[in-house]
Amino acid sequence: MDLPLIPKGVERCSLKTFAPWMFLWLLIMAWGLVSAFLCLYKGLNQTNMNHYFAFGLWIVFDLSVIALGAGAFFTGFLTHIIGKDELKAIINPAVVIGFICYSAAIATLGIDIGQPIRGWFIFWHANIHSMLTEVSFCITAYLGVLTIEYLPLILSNRKLNEVPEFNIFGNNLHHIVALFAAAGTFLSFFHQGSLGGMYGVLFARPFAFREGFLIWPWTFFLFILSSIAAGPSFTLLCVWITQKVTGKELVKRSVFNTLAKISGWLLASYIILKIIDTISWAYGVVPRAGLSFMDFYKGSYGIWLIIAEIGIFGIIPAIILITPKYRERNHLLIIGALMNITGIVLNRFVFTVQTLAIPVMPFDKFMGYLPTWQEWGIMMGAIGYGILLFSLSYRYLPLFPQEPEINPVKVFGHIITDSGVIRRS
Amino acid sequence: MKKEDTTKGNRYGMVIDLDKCTGCGVCLIACASENNIPVMYDESDKTRNITWLQIYMVTNGKEFPETEVIYIPRPCMQCDNPPCVPVCPATATDKDPTSGIISQIYTRCIGCRYCMAACPYHARVFNWFDPWFPEGMDRYLSPEVSPRMRGVVEKCSFCHHRLMRAKAKANVEGRRDLKEDEYIPACVEACPTKAITFGDLNNPKHKISELIKSPHAFRLLERLNTEPKVYYISTKNWVRRMADNYLSGEFKDRS
Repeated sequence: MDLPLIPKGVERCSLKTFAPWMFLWLLIMAWGLVSAFLCLYKGLNQTNMNHYFAFGLWIVFDLSVIALGAGAFFTGFLTHIIGKDELKAIINPAVVIGFICYSAAIATLGIDIGQPIRGWFIFWHANIHSMLTEVSFCITAYLGVLTIEYLPLILSNRKLNEVPEFNIFGNNLHHIVALFAAAGTFLSFFHQGSLGGMYGVLFARPFAFREGFLIWPWTFFLFILSSIAAGPSFTLLCVWITQKVTGKELVKRSVFNTLAKISGWLLASYIILKIIDTISWAYGVVPRAGLSFMDFYKGSYGIWLIIAEIGIFGIIPAIILITPKYRERNHLLIIGALMNITGIVLNRFVFTVQTLAIPVMPFDKFMGYLPTWQEWGIMMGAIGYGILLFSLSYRYLPLFPQEPEINPVKVFGHIITDSGVIRRS
Repeated sequence: MKKEDTTKGNRYGMVIDLDKCTGCGVCLIACASENNIPVMYDESDKTRNITWLQIYMVTNGKEFPETEVIYIPRPCMQCDNPPCVPVCPATATDKDPTSGIISQIYTRCIGCRYCMAACPYHARVFNWFDPWFPEGMDRYLSPEVSPRMRGVVEKCSFCHHRLMRAKAKANVEGRRDLKEDEYIPACVEACPTKAITFGDLNNPKHKISELIKSPHAFRLLERLNTEPKVYYISTKNWVRRMADNYLSGEFKDRS
């Protein structure tokens, strides 16, 4: 039924198979919509956040997806600015993933703030000293950049491309994509950093506070580095999952290797700096605040968190991804990418939740936080939206340029190429 | 960033004598009624109820008969170096250079709660629920203080409307400066044991300027450089020790 919409030269499952898949994610999105309605209608009392946990699951999710969505700008930077042509095979899915991550993060933030209708006050009454202002400006601008990068891909849909105006517009956008890649890189560097800066500037929260360079705390630089380490791994993982779900090879194995290598070396550099940062924090900020290292690791938020974040999900994936013989094995490659992502998500969790769980006043107590079903609902709804949009993009857009070459469509012994030409196999 | 000169203008502050505080809670009630603080359906949930002045009960941790208990009333510390002000993305909170009071513009607050994360004193509270006043109570609302809507952060303002009222009166009488007792917050006025002293920290004639020079005066979490303008006094060593974090051997006995 939707055959005219499917790109030429590729095969897609039948609509009968595709529809239940979509229905599943629509159902999860419905959970998110119900949760969003409750939070907007009844207020944030629907969550388990409180005066101690001013931030909760949603901020962890936002920070995580923004870090993971860094694959878009970084792949764009490597492809269009550095000129790493091999990554052209993966730039389209990277852009779509980036768009999904950023739009989901902004939507979640819309629910998270107590007065969503006043969201624009950040721009109108901007406090230039606030890291959150910089984050808001850059994220919004970068979502615009991602939309512009996504647009030519949408317009290259077989049916839309038949409209001459769309065709010309899409082609013109293609020509200036390097400009947007550069703008995206600039914006992303700043907001990824500012997200780290958001915590690093909290000078009255010794767990999060960091010294730094000029106005930027060290977390500013660590967040940039960790996001560009995790972003390519997330892109790699998403493409690998797409391959598994569709049962097709969509990009050449060498592309995975390149992404894993970049991700691995960046992760290794990040982990070294993170260890230095942790040590200097433990011997600087912590004793100056009259505290000892172990004061920060109690109850559910024990020392296991730092061991897991830096050791298990930091050093191990870095070793796997930088070692050629490990990353060439499929299962190790995926485990490495997954562990890398887990470590970065754990880092965002620690900075968000643990910072708030730790009592600063000596007579206050260590707190705990578990999200409600509404909080999970918003997060799952955002994930559902992401999978839905990615599935639609995969089905109707030429997402993987190498797909027709790797999986030639044969009709009566003839190969149909992506340009629609029939040639003898 | 350039360090602010805090010696100029008024710097309103508070000294709370913990040896005099009985933990009766009158300050809290006075604060709530003065500032139109709504009632929650479940006031036992102290992690979500609205209160500008929290009272902490702290013990010395010793067994009977050596047990000692103190109560620490904790309003907003009105820090000279507030961690909450620079983080607000919408400039909904600011430090008034003429009084040193940290303001909160409820109609500008977007409810992101970043200021709450920045404040180590938990002086800022968020309206998780719609404000609710039991039947009849709405008739006692103060017209000088705007009630807050759901989804915004609020905090102690040192009864800023009282300062405005006192300034207006002084202006009518052709005075520039306020007398010492002309402007005091509701909690100070209500305290039955006179444990709270209020005044201008920059005015050497005000009693508070003398009190903060006491060897028994201290502030909460002084090491974090927030420079609170709320001081406490206690002759008890363990109480002063409790006010900040110290590594072993760091705390200086001043008894």
